[in-house]
Amino acid sequence: MNFELLTQLLVNGIIVGTLYGVVAMCFVLIYKSTQIVNFAQGEFLLIGAWTCWALLVKFELPFYIGFPITLVFMLIFGILLQMVVLRPMIGEPIISVIMVTIGLSMFFQSLMSWMFGGYAKSYPQVFETQSINILGLQIQTAYVMSLVISVVIMIGFYYFFKHSKMGLAMRATAFNQQVAQSLGISVKKVFAASWAISALVSAMAGVVVGMVNGVSSALSFFGIKVFPVVILGGLDSIVGAIVGGLIIGVLENLAEFFDSQWLHLGNMYTIAPFYALVIILMIKPYGLFGTKDIERI
Amino acid sequence: MASAHSRMRCGEFRTTYQQDMTIFPTPLSRRTAVGAIIFLLLAPSFLSPYLLNLGIQIGYYGIAALGLNIVVGFTGQISLGHAAFFGFGAFASAWINNTTGIPVFFCIPLAGAMTMAVGLIVGIPAGRIKGLYLAIATLASQFILEDFFSRADWFTGGAYGAMANPFSVFGFEFNNDQRYWYVVLFYVVAMFLLGTNLLRTRDGRAFVAVRDHYLSAEIMGINLNKYRILSFGISSFYAGVGGALFAHYLGFVSAEGFTILLSIQFLGMIIIGGMGSVMGSLMGTAFMVLLPEVMEAGVHLVGSNTPGLTQALAYIKEMSIGLAIILFLIFEPDGLAHRWKMIKAYWKLYPFSY
Repeated sequence: MNFELLTQLLVNGIIVGTLYGVVAMCFVLIYKSTQIVNFAQGEFLLIGAWTCWALLVKFELPFYIGFPITLVFMLIFGILLQMVVLRPMIGEPIISVIMVTIGLSMFFQSLMSWMFGGYAKSYPQVFETQSINILGLQIQTAYVMSLVISVVIMIGFYYFFKHSKMGLAMRATAFNQQVAQSLGISVKKVFAASWAISALVSAMAGVVVGMVNGVSSALSFFGIKVFPVVILGGLDSIVGAIVGGLIIGVLENLAEFFDSQWLHLGNMYTIAPFYALVIILMIKPYGLFGTKDIERI
Repeated sequence: MASAHSRMRCGEFRTTYQQDMTIFPTPLSRRTAVGAIIFLLLAPSFLSPYLLNLGIQIGYYGIAALGLNIVVGFTGQISLGHAAFFGFGAFASAWINNTTGIPVFFCIPLAGAMTMAVGLIVGIPAGRIKGLYLAIATLASQFILEDFFSRADWFTGGAYGAMANPFSVFGFEFNNDQRYWYVVLFYVVAMFLLGTNLLRTRDGRAFVAVRDHYLSAEIMGINLNKYRILSFGISSFYAGVGGALFAHYLGFVSAEGFTILLSIQFLGMIIIGGMGSVMGSLMGTAFMVLLPEVMEAGVHLVGSNTPGLTQALAYIKEMSIGLAIILFLIFEPDGLAHRWKMIKAYWKLYPFSY
């Protein structure tokens, strides 16, 4: 037993897990308010990270200017995407909606590879110190930043949904579209806002991951990893997304640990969450916090 | 009366269930189908190897796409892991042939049966969950099977891939495009006839009932679990046969070819062709196989004066597939089969279409 490695992996798991939680939250936000399963969530991270990279490297802007510009860009991008592609899909069967987001994911992934090349590129140095020492563990500064940002985003989400007018409108729309509409909520605006927020927050996560691992199309795999997370937490629960993110993050690192210590199968890091996904679907298909569908004829 | 029946009909004149269930509604459509098959039988003598290659691709992908259409278009279950079954069929056929020495002729249906068994197992969750949850479960099965391909050296040859022997009957090898064309054509005709007939049986109608309203179907005495899992099994059988044909055509199978990207392409085929349409599967496959070729030709046409475009060809192909799926879903959600029906309907009453 290698305790040092175990604790290091656990800490990694928690940090990556919070990032999963943030991305899953964005996913749930879209699902809850618009009933669309977004297979292009990973591409939001990718686009955000590449935009920020281009601003920082190609235009040589400092981070504190480039990052906000990226966020504004993603906000507009999210709204436009919803208006042009997703709005005609309202009322279409589930398979069409899924396929349209899959098509988007394919389109943007190859567009990004075309524009920026297929190889990973690293961000310029943003922090002076590469890693800091907390309780004897080496933790990269960007990871600490990601943890802080994630927690801030989560608190921001909580405040937004509990206390802001738009957040209330979103919850109302998620509860029942027709009722919300009859009470004077613009459902169109709510849909656009949820895509915008989701794109923006995902881009933040993308930039953070990009800083640590470099930007490449591998980033979009976050969009696939989000599925075990949201299934575990429940497709329509924001709290579930965070809890699920943490559990899956820790789980894949534990799988990595057991694999490297005893099993030596390889590739467990990527595949373990999917086994977990199948098992969860078999025993508890609506996840930990999801609402159970009850149908009437 | 007879002469009126030989052409297209200008309305619905069906009076018996028998007429409603026939594969060919008019003699003309039957003659067209027979004529098309005769044309395809003669095709290898005058088509170029390039076109033959494309035709063979359309054939084996089309069989797999029909399988996917049975599960998605007819039963309403979403499967995001079809490429994994396609791959499983390819490996299974090569593996059976290499380890037991059973001739390739029998290996192809055997591989289909083996894939069907795997599909039935993967389909078990489908009995319990549906819609979105099922889509995500099949996504997981795609990744798990892909992982299995790279891990199971005994079955797939691991990183080296597996060799597949050419198709042969009594020592006559179908080892080039002209000869293999007939193998694929035979399977396409057989599998599409099987598919059309399946949908006219009780089981096929049960699939459609499950798709249209699963609760009502259950109340009417249709065993939901059974039919959901069965449709997965049948779809896997088609995928397995398609994959086996693919393996014995290329002669080599490697685990990298069966990623989620191919699964998406299969879904794209049935969406572009038309969900819930047998011939639509073939139309969509043709579109999906020809689209990258058209893009390639287009890029070469303009690529000479636009630098960097030819290097980006792989990305452009992928982008065009993604874009085609999006555009079809927005502007023609019922696919090419529906468009074809509209064209026919327009000509039915041609000069007096009011």
